[in-house]
Amino acid sequence: MLKNVTLGQYFPGDTVVHRLDPRTKLILVIVYIIALFQAAGWIGYAAVTVVTLLCMALSQIKPSTMFKGVKPMLFIIALTALLNIFYTTGTPVRPGWIVTWEGIARAFQMMLRIVLLITGTFLLTYTTSPIALTDGLERLLNPLKKLHVPVHEMTMMMSMALRFIPTLIAETDKIMSAQKARGADFETGSLISRAKALLPILVPLFVSAFKRADELAVAMESRCYHGGEGRTRMKQMHMAARDYAALVLGALFLAGMIVLKRLGL
Amino acid sequence: MSEIKTGGLRHVYSLGTPFEKVALDGIGLSIPQGQLAAIIGHTGSGKSTFIQHLNALLSPTEGQVLLGGEDINRDKYARRDVKQRVGLVFQYPEYQLFEETVYKDIAFGPTNMKLDAEEIDRRVRKAARFVGVEEELLERSPLELSGGQKRRIAIAGVIAMEPEVLILDEPTAGLDPAGCEQILSNILDYREKSGATVILVSHSMDDVARIAERIIVFDQGRLAMDGSPAEIFSRPEELVAMGLNVPKATELAMALRRRGLRLPESIFSHEQLLRALLALKEGRAC
Amino acid sequence: MEPVIVFENVHYTYPGDELESLCGVDLQIEKSSFVAVLGHNGSGKSTLAKHMNAILVPDEGRVTVCGVDTADEERILDVRRRVGMVFQNPDNQIVANVVEDDVAFAPENLGVEPAQIRRRVDEALKTVGMYELRMHAPHLLSGGQKQRVAIAGVIAMEPEIIVLDEPTAMLDPQGRAEVVSTVTRLCREKGMTVVLITHHMDECIGADRLIIMSNGHVAADGSPEAVFADLSLMEREGLTVPETARLLHDLRAAGMELPDERLDIDGCADEIAAQFLASES
Repeated sequence: MLKNVTLGQYFPGDTVVHRLDPRTKLILVIVYIIALFQAAGWIGYAAVTVVTLLCMALSQIKPSTMFKGVKPMLFIIALTALLNIFYTTGTPVRPGWIVTWEGIARAFQMMLRIVLLITGTFLLTYTTSPIALTDGLERLLNPLKKLHVPVHEMTMMMSMALRFIPTLIAETDKIMSAQKARGADFETGSLISRAKALLPILVPLFVSAFKRADELAVAMESRCYHGGEGRTRMKQMHMAARDYAALVLGALFLAGMIVLKRLGL
Repeated sequence: MSEIKTGGLRHVYSLGTPFEKVALDGIGLSIPQGQLAAIIGHTGSGKSTFIQHLNALLSPTEGQVLLGGEDINRDKYARRDVKQRVGLVFQYPEYQLFEETVYKDIAFGPTNMKLDAEEIDRRVRKAARFVGVEEELLERSPLELSGGQKRRIAIAGVIAMEPEVLILDEPTAGLDPAGCEQILSNILDYREKSGATVILVSHSMDDVARIAERIIVFDQGRLAMDGSPAEIFSRPEELVAMGLNVPKATELAMALRRRGLRLPESIFSHEQLLRALLALKEGRAC
Repeated sequence: MEPVIVFENVHYTYPGDELESLCGVDLQIEKSSFVAVLGHNGSGKSTLAKHMNAILVPDEGRVTVCGVDTADEERILDVRRRVGMVFQNPDNQIVANVVEDDVAFAPENLGVEPAQIRRRVDEALKTVGMYELRMHAPHLLSGGQKQRVAIAGVIAMEPEIIVLDEPTAMLDPQGRAEVVSTVTRLCREKGMTVVLITHHMDECIGADRLIIMSNGHVAADGSPEAVFADLSLMEREGLTVPETARLLHDLRAAGMELPDERLDIDGCADEIAAQFLASES
């Protein structure tokens, strides 16, 4: 059941979006999020939606794949919508109702905003390998090294975490099955007894995670790892013409959104 | 009686998604009470999926599993109870140890069965004796012990539930020859004293040839062969074609037959091969 | 042959242990040889392996790798670059999310130039037969494939010696065969020195030399044929011998004359068949 988690999943491909430098994509996602929050009216939202759909088409990510990513968030989306429907003042849909036209419109916009936010960030993780992503992040944050921020160490940890998520998920599944076979019950009982029932899973999981970490450290040292100093990278990042073009387009998009906001659209 | 019977058992992983995978397809077999059966097959042949159906950890997509004539998936109580009657020891079971002491860990299963303290105590000590864990180890932390000891404690944790059927998934994986030998003799001992059915999943053909009464061969989710070791190992070419090994003695016998030596059909142990060769030599001498 | 690894009276005790894990080991590993090390659990064979690339350094005595003392902390990268290690659990030595990125890890750490890394990575992946799967995520590979990626990750470092610490313990028979044939090829075709620690005696059959470790000592050291012929020693060490060695031994005991010790199935069958066919004519 835990196998369905798509967190940080990468779908290899060879589209323009896949080929963009990870740094470009990281910057564009930030630009996109700022632009999204500029949307104030229907035209603004329509503009962001069109841009999002365009990017999806360019990256050849199927809408069904995207929907799978959004699915775990459906509850939060629905809740936000409901709250907005009931807590926005304005003209009631029928006299005496608390549901207002403004509320419905706002609920719709809020739903759209969350969906677009998720879609935009998933476009990044779906089209960029975790290694490229953390490498890109390391390069972008490079100036912080001067302030003694351990940028290399932080990004290395991130990529390790991503590498071991599937392994730990598989392991959790296995331990759960083994304890169930010994009669452990994770589904019934009070909250406290259920929390207690997690111990037989958590303890072995921690023990093995520490063992893994230990062995991994030895294996990394054996392969001459000695921190970020003097390291080279096989995959060099270089900003191509398409990266600059994409950044210019991103800037234009943001400017357009700011103008739309000024106009109140 | 606790005969295990499966009929038309089919299991599909990720049903209804693009990742759909048929892991078991139409498995029908019955294992009588008290038998020592070995299941062999390539990684991914469906043998692990199969054994997880026998104690209702997985439910069949189609078909059923009967224990003593009753469907083990008939309701959620049956699904729970069958776990006490069919004990399953996973591969590398030492990873499941979690309690502060060996004693408490072995007691985990019996405690979940809601037995009284006296009965739990009796079972823990008995199970520990079965696997050769000394009394003084019972109060130690399982995490301090050696790999082989941990493995035996994990097996004791399942034996303490006193299952009528004991299933072990590669119990000797990763152990040195002495460790393997000890675990196998513990299992044989348990079977002899309790009369339980034992189902052993193994990659080691030499172990299987030595101790199993019956060998069940899985291949790509299907039942490929089923018979006594003598029957199975008289068809070594078929096993090799499925990407499986045969016992070393069988392999050597095959090589000798190819060189024109007339050896009997079914050879799967050192003693059999030696006897056959010596008989051949006597025959020549006369 | 020149020795590439030299152990001189090496003693080692793990912190907190009372018993020594290595008690005065003297050993030389020759260049381009395939050395197998067998021993029961706790015999010291893993400790021996860990001394070969300075994961552990001797309490007493000295280990040198290509003339470099492993205790010299200044030169630790020199040692590790020359001795590649492959460990038991394939999951716990793969660091990256993509096969080729993992193989690139060691040369990246050594500051090798990017184009050169690319060449080494491709070559290493082709050598272990994993080039086609270079873009795969490691967690989707079989155990044998993961270990081959780990081997590629080590040979991309271009070491002179590759030490494998029970690399097959967690694999199925197919995975075991993949790993053993890969390292055998590395030794025979690329002239790499291979040290294979194992407890599967069948994996030692193709080695040039077999060392039996017992309680921190070298209990036997010689050709696999010679070592396996000593059945009583093997039994004393809690080890089994290959069926071929056992059969030849028992046939000899029954009065058959078998001139050579052959451990591979075909060689052994040749010997025996020759005897029978000779007596026929």
